[in-house]
Amino acid sequence: MQLLLQQIMAGLANGAIYAGMALAVVMIFLAIDHLNFAQGEMATFSTFVAWQLLAWGFPYWIAFVLVVMLSFVGGIAIERILFKPLHKASILSQLVAFIALFSILNSGDGYIWDYTIKTFPTPFGTRPLFGSVLIDTHEAGMIGVTLVVLLLIYGFFRGTRLGLAMRAAAQNPESARLVGIRVGWMTALGWGLAAAIGAVGGMLIAPVVFLEPNMMFGVLLYGFAGAVLGGLTSPGGAVIGGFAVGIIENLAGTFVPYIGRDLKLTIALIVIVAVLMVRPAGIFGRMTVSRV
Amino acid sequence: MMLTVDGVNAYYGEQQALFGISFGIDEGGVRTLLGANGAGKTTVLRALCGMVRTSGEIRFDGKAIAGWATENVARLGVAHVPDGRGTFVRLTVEENLQLGAMTRRDRAAIAADIERIYGHFPRLKERRRQQAGTLSGGEQQMLAVGRALMLRPRLLLLDEPSFGLAPLIVEELFQILRQINRDTGVAMLIVEQNAALALELAEHAYLLETGRIVMDGAAAEIGADEGVRRAYLGY
Repeated sequence: MQLLLQQIMAGLANGAIYAGMALAVVMIFLAIDHLNFAQGEMATFSTFVAWQLLAWGFPYWIAFVLVVMLSFVGGIAIERILFKPLHKASILSQLVAFIALFSILNSGDGYIWDYTIKTFPTPFGTRPLFGSVLIDTHEAGMIGVTLVVLLLIYGFFRGTRLGLAMRAAAQNPESARLVGIRVGWMTALGWGLAAAIGAVGGMLIAPVVFLEPNMMFGVLLYGFAGAVLGGLTSPGGAVIGGFAVGIIENLAGTFVPYIGRDLKLTIALIVIVAVLMVRPAGIFGRMTVSRV
Repeated sequence: MMLTVDGVNAYYGEQQALFGISFGIDEGGVRTLLGANGAGKTTVLRALCGMVRTSGEIRFDGKAIAGWATENVARLGVAHVPDGRGTFVRLTVEENLQLGAMTRRDRAAIAADIERIYGHFPRLKERRRQQAGTLSGGEQQMLAVGRALMLRPRLLLLDEPSFGLAPLIVEELFQILRQINRDTGVAMLIVEQNAALALELAEHAYLLETGRIVMDGAAAEIGADEGVRRAYLGY
């Protein structure tokens, strides 16, 4: 029983990061109708920048805020420079652009900061939380920060005019233009937000998985699984899906024989395939029916 | 003239859909484009809003707006109620109306305008928190018109406002349009299959056939011409 609870809590902590990645994936999917395969590499790059700032002696939270802001601007720049010229191109061209972005960022990390594994500090410490063995302070911090980010995003989309304009642009670009919304900029803003959310996730997971250029590969896969499980068209669903995948992953790794640590990543793929077979729109997603 | 269109051609890919269209609308005027299915009526509206590729000259308030991005035309005060209504079906009625005012900054006046729209269309007020997709066809059309008015447009483009609506609702909608034209002085360009109604509201009509204007004149004259009615208007 103790072990079960402990694994669920640890699953929730990892799930918080997957939820953040899933949310970032869904935001870009809603804006441009494609999965961003470079999402994880964008987050890794941001985390390396944070590591560099810390190495130069910046205090943690100042580095944290700076990196989130830089990532936001960087996300917008990627959209304007790389994807805006391609927005009428075929799916395959866009896919190639994603792969290019992936390898540029991945190799860039290695070129600038080399491939040795680096430790990344946590501002929360790793003591047991309130003396409990169930969860430590960093895990609690991961969950806490993710929830704050989600609340901010929710407030932005529900409570501000700009958020409303972004939702409208994602739903019906043509009508959005007719009411004067600059749809192209809304897409860029979506990229900026996704990059910022990814940066937060990268900085939170780095103390757990250690920092190296391929750090986010597994995390992104879990994030995709969470997004597919919750529904690619539902930000709230993606978040719940992310947490669920975190718990499923941990429980299966602990209690299902043969899976153990080595086959844990397979769980993410099994979740993706299973959801696509049973309910392709995801639990909270909606099927879009289009007339042809 | 507030809007002048001079020798405009429009293209879908290689296919030319409009041939040398010329017309204009005065400040506060109401004009209608009539014609059969496929004559190019919708394309004229889309050409004005930069939604299709065009050549030729389009001037609004003296500015040459041909080739402008759609959102920039909207920002000049041209509101378009598109074919198929174009409501944001997963947003609430009130959010749809707020989106209509996205180009404006005057919060208090926006709130007042939303109340004014609810005054014209009380049913929308009852359903203000509902998703637009759950409204009936007539209510969605009212919402689309309401959203367009939230822009405080100087020119309102209406694409088949009567489409798919019960005759009583159509009557009501056209009465409200007439009242809005009188009260706010917004100019209107109405594309309609229901020629009789459109000719009642408009003072001037253009007849479109295969992408060309084949006839134009005062609405009363066009409506009274037996031959035109039989050949083009189908009633």
